[in-house]
Amino acid sequence: MQHYNMNLTLKVWRQKNKEDKGGFQNYQVKDISSEMSFLEMLDVLNEQLIRDGQDPIAFDHDCREGICGMCSLYINGKPHGDWKANTTCQLHMRAFKDGETIVIEPWRAGAFPVVKDLVVDRSAFDRIIQAGGFISVNTGNAVDGNSLPINKDAADAAFAAAMCIGCGACVAACKNASAMLFLSAKVSHLALLPQGDPERKSRVFNMVAQMDKEGFGACTNTGACEAACPKEISIANIARLNKEYLFASITAEK
Amino acid sequence: MLDAKIPAGSLDQKWTDYKGHCKLVNPANKRKLEVIVVGTGLAGASAAASLGELGYKVKVFCFQDSPRRAHSIAAQGGINAAKNYQNDGDSIFRLFYDTIKGGDYRAREANVHRLAEVSGNIIDQCVAQGVPFAREYGGLLSNRSFGGTQVQRTFYAAGQTGQQLLIGAYQALERQIALGNVKMYNRHEMLEVVIIDEKARGIIARDLVNGNLERHFGHAVLLCTGGYGNVFYLSTNAMGSNVTAAWKAHKKGAFFGNPSFTQIHPTCIPVSGDHQSKLTLMSESLRNDGRIWVPKKQGETRKANEIPEEERDYYLERRYPAFGNLVPRDVASRAAKERCDAGFGVGTSKQAVYLDFADAIKRYGKIEIGKEGRENVSEEEIIALGKEVVKEKYGNLFDMYEKITGENPYELPMRIYPAVHYTMGGLWVDYELMTTVKGLYALGEANFSDHGANRLGASALMQGLADGYFVIPYTIGNYLADEIYNKSISTDHEAFVTTEKEVSNRIEKLMSIKGNISVETFHKRLGKIMWDKCGMARNAQGLEQAITEIQQLKKEFWSDVKIPGAINEFNPELDKAGRVADFIELGELMCIDALQRNESCGGHFREEYQTNEGEALRDDSNYMYVSAWEHKQEHTWELHKETLNYEVIKPTQRNYK
Ligand SMILES: Cc1cc2nc3c(=O)[nH]c(=O)nc-3n(C[C@H](O)[C@H](O)[C@H](O)COP(=O)(O)OP(=O)(O)OC[C@H]3O[C@@H](n4cnc5c(N)ncnc54)[C@H](O)[C@@H]3O)c2cc1C
Ligand code: SF4
Ligand code: FES
Repeated sequence: MQHYNMNLTLKVWRQKNKEDKGGFQNYQVKDISSEMSFLEMLDVLNEQLIRDGQDPIAFDHDCREGICGMCSLYINGKPHGDWKANTTCQLHMRAFKDGETIVIEPWRAGAFPVVKDLVVDRSAFDRIIQAGGFISVNTGNAVDGNSLPINKDAADAAFAAAMCIGCGACVAACKNASAMLFLSAKVSHLALLPQGDPERKSRVFNMVAQMDKEGFGACTNTGACEAACPKEISIANIARLNKEYLFASITAEK
Repeated sequence: MLDAKIPAGSLDQKWTDYKGHCKLVNPANKRKLEVIVVGTGLAGASAAASLGELGYKVKVFCFQDSPRRAHSIAAQGGINAAKNYQNDGDSIFRLFYDTIKGGDYRAREANVHRLAEVSGNIIDQCVAQGVPFAREYGGLLSNRSFGGTQVQRTFYAAGQTGQQLLIGAYQALERQIALGNVKMYNRHEMLEVVIIDEKARGIIARDLVNGNLERHFGHAVLLCTGGYGNVFYLSTNAMGSNVTAAWKAHKKGAFFGNPSFTQIHPTCIPVSGDHQSKLTLMSESLRNDGRIWVPKKQGETRKANEIPEEERDYYLERRYPAFGNLVPRDVASRAAKERCDAGFGVGTSKQAVYLDFADAIKRYGKIEIGKEGRENVSEEEIIALGKEVVKEKYGNLFDMYEKITGENPYELPMRIYPAVHYTMGGLWVDYELMTTVKGLYALGEANFSDHGANRLGASALMQGLADGYFVIPYTIGNYLADEIYNKSISTDHEAFVTTEKEVSNRIEKLMSIKGNISVETFHKRLGKIMWDKCGMARNAQGLEQAITEIQQLKKEFWSDVKIPGAINEFNPELDKAGRVADFIELGELMCIDALQRNESCGGHFREEYQTNEGEALRDDSNYMYVSAWEHKQEHTWELHKETLNYEVIKPTQRNYK
């Protein structure tokens, strides 16, 4: 792998707090190594800003290995940047060329208000889970793990849905700011497993109701969510969600 | 004398007897008892959910924007349990034995046995919650091997086991939140414990969004705040992982156990430059199939695939034929360092060794062909099929490696090097997980309890969930049963007022320094001192130097740190400044602890104490104890010792040959 250094212009969204209107500001960074991660590049900028007595740019991050779902950022018009199946923290600077301008914005969705700069409030996702994204089993209630064999394909499919990291890129990518991919991933994870069966109907009703209440938009099947999802959560989950919802509606006790 | 309150009776009956005799709190009284849980990793989320289910009034805190993001989410490889589903000779005793031996005989027998006893329940509980563990075609749970054992007892969900377990615990927690049993405080950082009449009675927390300080009362306080590997600056921990909660507790009277016991993980992606902000683990599970080697020739310049088989040194297989690539982490890390120091390292920095999957790919390819009963299959097809199998097992890890390094590990061997990963040390706790402050508990990586001087892979997840799901729900009742007469204390109580004042004074002091050097720079400097002098190899002279350097660094920090922004706003630099200030103090104690222990054991390798073959040389007659440090005043600690009594296992020199 050939390494190189680059100079870049960054056009970054700055917003003091939730109430502030916010706007773009330009910054120059020099000698950025192609081996750096995108967030390490922002670290360099922040160190520079601190040295110059300016306010560093606030952005969310923690694990920096693509699993906690804390990082976000709309990079050149794409959630988590241009690499496929990737989070911002795993994006590396070899994706950019010397002299480029990079535009960096927060997730934009009514249900994700900006906290500061590039940081948004995604607690709506937690409330959707509270509405039914669980299996009601208290500690100590369980029987032996192998007493319930589960078809491997079902287990694998449940796992594929359960890989969602709750980052919100699907919402950010969607022109309607719909949370359907996130929601459907959880409904699928639990609906595909026999353990999830008893609460199947109430789960899907309650979670969808909560999603609406949080102000996420409707799904019009554009597929933008799937394309942006760092964990390649399939849009087929949305179809499954719709089926679950329909089934629950038809068979609901009146 | 430190009393660990280990129940009497034979080892395998202690926990059963304890549960049979501990005090209980009736449901009506539970509703009147408030418990504070700091942390939402496996330990905190499982504890908070379980205590909420029992009926306690629970408040939970985490500094991330959601409890689901706790660092446990990043755990990759798996979780151990003595299920013996593979019929390969596993048992509670064997898991207990392996853990004690892996910890180089510096862990407490009673705790470790209890851990092994409840390990099976954890798997059952997680399956019931819908954790999608890997399964075999028959629908039953699958297992893999991890280091330091000869059985297959590790349960996993591809390379995302921690994520799946944490999501399970998080969902249980969210359910309790929805039911109103638990109240969640995201983006809050606990900055002090409030102690009233010698009992922990609450915390001071800072709302990280607006910077406001808050007072919270609890009849008991649980710290589930994770490990402190970031004292080394570079580690595999998440960026936010820190020691602050534990350190505040320590300064308020909780003893710190074995602070210098640090785990350096052998298989991490090597440092690529000064810009590096963290290191990424390549799960130990890769050592099931990957073979570790370096060239036999010093200063080799050829590429990996140009070096013929006979010119490669598979040094772990050579030195440790019985365990081969699956020796425990401390052993594997030191062996890698030894080869690199001797000039056999690879890559541009020469600080790396190869982890090679070529053989595994071929082996799996052949198995696939065998299943189909075909013959005369081309080498390419075998390799292609083998890659598919490897992809299913480790795909996400291979992807991660490629994203970071830009190299394709299906074609080229990975380059890896040891990195700081886990801290066995932590707040000293007794059998009930209570610290030396009454009513203050520590769970998960934040305590020192179960792993001695070296933790075996896949045992941290097990411990975190054991503490939270199956231990604390019993042991806390034994304490709270006597608290039912104590009404909740108003947060206007003088102790809350003064403790809050301490916190605000400190924050104002930090902000008023207005120096020239960034927090990050101080953190890097501390990390370098720690890694060079208190890292994989330590010696008395280096440690003494390190102590002086750290004291100097502390002075500089408090006179020259530069923190931008204001107190009453979202200000990550200020949050970090507080954490780094605590890391600096911890660093000093770690060096003092390492200096005090004139032996090598597990991850604590003192160069002065090694066998002729370079293995750790323990000194059981003088150091068979847990060092528990009491904070006295700046730069001064008093050492207390908890003597370890081995009633069942006879300590010997660890042998993985
Ligand atoms: C990359 C990686 C891979 C790993 N893989 C494995 C594996 O395969 N198997 C295994 O057994 N172990 C593994 N481990 C180790 C294991 O993941 C950890 O030891 C374990 O998850 C720690 O869990 P915990 O609940 O104690 O703490 P954490 O998960 O670290 O949680 C700490 C919590 O405390 C909160 N917190 C901390 N301080 C404060 C404060 N002051 N105020 C408020 N909240 C606070 C945080 O917000 C967080 O919620 C791995 C570790 C790493 C780094
Ligand atoms: S579905 Fe994908 S994009 Fe949406 S929250 Fe989950 S991981 Fe993120
Ligand atoms: S920082 Fe954790 S996913 Fe990016």
